[in-house]
Amino acid sequence: MSNLIVLPMVIPILIGIILIFLRPYIKIQRWVSVLSVIFSGGLGLYLLKQIQTNGILTLEFGEWKAPFGIVFVADSFSMLLVVTTSFVTLVCLLYAFATIGRALESMFFYSFVQFLIAGVNGSFLTGDLFNLFVCFEVMLVASYILVMIGGKKDQLRESIKYIAINVLSSWIFLVAIAYLYGTLGTLNMAHLAVRVSEVGQTPLLTTISILLLIVFSLKSGLLLYFWLPGSYSVPPTAVAALFGALLTKVGIYAMFRIFTLIFNHEPAITHTLIGVMAAVTLIIGSIGAIAYKDLRQIAAFNVVIAVGFIMVGLAVFSTVALEGSIYYLIHDMIVKALLFLLVGTMIALTGKNRLNQMSGLIRNYPVLGWLVFIVTLSLAGIPPFSGFLGKVLVGGAAVEKGNFVLLALAFISSLFVLYSLLRIFMNCFWGETILSIEDEPPLKKSWLIPSIILSVATFVLGVGAESIAVYVNDAAHTLMNPEIYIDAVLPDK
Amino acid sequence: MKETNDVILHMVTKVVVFIILTLAIYLFIAGHNQPGGGFISGLVLSSAFVLLYLSFDVETVNSGLPLNFVVVAAVGVFLSVTTGFLAIFNGKSFLTHTFTSKTFPLIGKTEMGTVTLFEAGVSLAVVGVVVTIILGISEDV
Repeated sequence: MSNLIVLPMVIPILIGIILIFLRPYIKIQRWVSVLSVIFSGGLGLYLLKQIQTNGILTLEFGEWKAPFGIVFVADSFSMLLVVTTSFVTLVCLLYAFATIGRALESMFFYSFVQFLIAGVNGSFLTGDLFNLFVCFEVMLVASYILVMIGGKKDQLRESIKYIAINVLSSWIFLVAIAYLYGTLGTLNMAHLAVRVSEVGQTPLLTTISILLLIVFSLKSGLLLYFWLPGSYSVPPTAVAALFGALLTKVGIYAMFRIFTLIFNHEPAITHTLIGVMAAVTLIIGSIGAIAYKDLRQIAAFNVVIAVGFIMVGLAVFSTVALEGSIYYLIHDMIVKALLFLLVGTMIALTGKNRLNQMSGLIRNYPVLGWLVFIVTLSLAGIPPFSGFLGKVLVGGAAVEKGNFVLLALAFISSLFVLYSLLRIFMNCFWGETILSIEDEPPLKKSWLIPSIILSVATFVLGVGAESIAVYVNDAAHTLMNPEIYIDAVLPDK
Repeated sequence: MKETNDVILHMVTKVVVFIILTLAIYLFIAGHNQPGGGFISGLVLSSAFVLLYLSFDVETVNSGLPLNFVVVAAVGVFLSVTTGFLAIFNGKSFLTHTFTSKTFPLIGKTEMGTVTLFEAGVSLAVVGVVVTIILGISEDV
């Protein structure tokens, strides 16, 4: 029992509620929400250390014993994601302070960011499938509001699609959960894993697992990504960065959990399917990333490519591949936030959103230009930035397992990522300066600092990958050996 | 448009609202051991408020009932979460609830549990959310 592991979910909820009472006091709201995020992140780091010495931490809510009550389970994988979430949110909040504007700040913006974080952290930590559904909903309801906060016309248009597709996928999720409960009589993930391995993964169970795969693909934008570019390109930049960094990752986390812990007996069917979906996602994402001229669309399609790449690791299904995926997941959360922040800043400065309408920005904003160059290198996976290690590990594992098609697609997609972002860099920063020095809008420091923090983070994570290697190894080890997780949750099964 | 005369509606509402409120409280207390509980009583409570809003108009009700329902919902959730926290300071798991029995004059022996506070929070949250949604919809029309 460790009450601490519930705090990354409960503290944001509590703070979110308190912020509702503090509605007129914007300054206090800002400070309180920053403190809340820092606290969650710090606690996450502390727990990560704890897990290395004491093994997986669990908490049974209300002292109801494991298969009957709701459990929270913190292993290295979840804690790594909680820490990264807190860090990315902190940076997005800093950016929001400078850009979001008073009107939105007094419309409970910070409260809903806290609720979003609560849902995300809860999804990472829960050990119960129905509770996962609930945490997903907490996150989604907050995200519905953040998508349309401000109420511009295109925001409302995209949010209708976004809400419709998510309500549909939540419904399928619920149906899948009902099927699972009907066949196995439990929803505790560890207990499900035990029962599935006892009765064997029958065709019926495999079908249910594919239903779950569809749900999480819809949520994470794996193959079923069609809602993503639209709804990620309309909200305010700080929100878009938060979405691009966090929301799809929760779906990815759920797939990793479900298909390593519970449905790991028929990899020939499920993991092959994941591989095919990842391959198609990589192809379509690459085409999308170079097809559009709208910067925000390009950024959104880069999210799609990353989802495909991370799922290649799960499709290959070996410890090294999962390690690579986890590295890449952490890297991607940081760098996608950076990409969305930079793109949003460029659009805010020029008032244009197409890359052929911008030119020669590097004369006016050199720092911004080099930051875009850094994000390009980092996303393409060029050392010393953080994308490199993940790509190498996933690639190596794919070679080992003989998945050459996935390998080829994964690395060709990196070239497309590189090309799509270099196109932004060359079109927008090189060439003739369209803004003269006199009428350039000044680039405030507070707009740049969040991006600089994230750029430093991707550099540090790339050079100092060794420092998190222990945790990533442990996370991948636990994912590949589900009995560790099961023993932690059900010690006397 | 001619002013409609809803004397009957007003009279009936004034009586029925009290019946609904009583039912809500009954459901709330019954929920401890029988079907009922905070969520349902919250829904019934909010139906009483909605009936008031329907038969009188929003301004009249607001002048008699000066509540910001967003804040009501927030107070409710706050209450529920903090009762969950009490257990942590007690060294138990999050959301563990406790109860004692006490003998009162007139009522006799009564169980008192912290779960009642939790349910009260749920109730307030439901009232706050439902009324906020319905008022929000009515404003747009």
